[in-house]
Amino acid sequence: MSRSRLLLKLELQSNPEMLSVVRQALGQLAETLGFSSAECRAVVLAVDEALTNIIRHAYDGEGKRPIQALFHRIEVRRDGEQRKALEIVLEDSGKRIDQARLCGRPLEELRPGGLGLHFIQECMDTVEFRREKGKNQLRLVKLLNFQKMEKGA
Amino acid sequence: MKIAERRLDKATILDVSGDIDLATSPELRKALLRELREARMPRVVLNLRAVRYIDSSGVASLVEGLKVSRDLGARLILFGLNTTVREVLQLSKLVRIFEICENEEQAVSP
Repeated sequence: MSRSRLLLKLELQSNPEMLSVVRQALGQLAETLGFSSAECRAVVLAVDEALTNIIRHAYDGEGKRPIQALFHRIEVRRDGEQRKALEIVLEDSGKRIDQARLCGRPLEELRPGGLGLHFIQECMDTVEFRREKGKNQLRLVKLLNFQKMEKGA
Repeated sequence: MKIAERRLDKATILDVSGDIDLATSPELRKALLRELREARMPRVVLNLRAVRYIDSSGVASLVEGLKVSRDLGARLILFGLNTTVREVLQLSKLVRIFEICENEEQAVSP
């Protein structure tokens, strides 16, 4: 059983201009939780790419559709140990995402596009997608490597 | 994101600053294609020193610029890669396909 505590809740529109706002907030949140600079950049990149996918694919570029982002401090069992982590859940009401498209593409192909999912998978420890009650839900988890989460959280 | 353009004899230098993301990457793509396709510059140099952030849409714009430069027999050269930009290019596994210089002098030298 994992323990969970809400840290931040964002309700935003599917407007690309909002991405920099979320990056700023998330970067500061991750830093406060004790993630290293490289880990903060990784978390920010993953969430930015996930939001970009929602805007481009779930909402086909429409700029005024709702996206909810929930950020929780959680504890999870991993390799027999209780680990502290940041859990991010992104939810949208867009069209169903084709599961096959979530597989990414071979990186050796020199063509634009298709890198976002690869970035998300490389940057996060858990990436789970599900469709429920007409909504897409993406759950991302980043484990904290050092036990610093007491700070500010 | 802001793009300042400097035209030399046989090269254009684009000084890019700020964040390259879904909102701004179309502007970068447009600037690259303009210099390569319309201005027919044989060398387009991107100064990325002041870029704070780049995402996959930014990388895609660079890849498209590279493809167009190859098709036209031109060169697309990057310099001034900071940690953030270098990390993302390495993550994309595309870092080796780009011509990357340490500084502007190298990037514009014959």
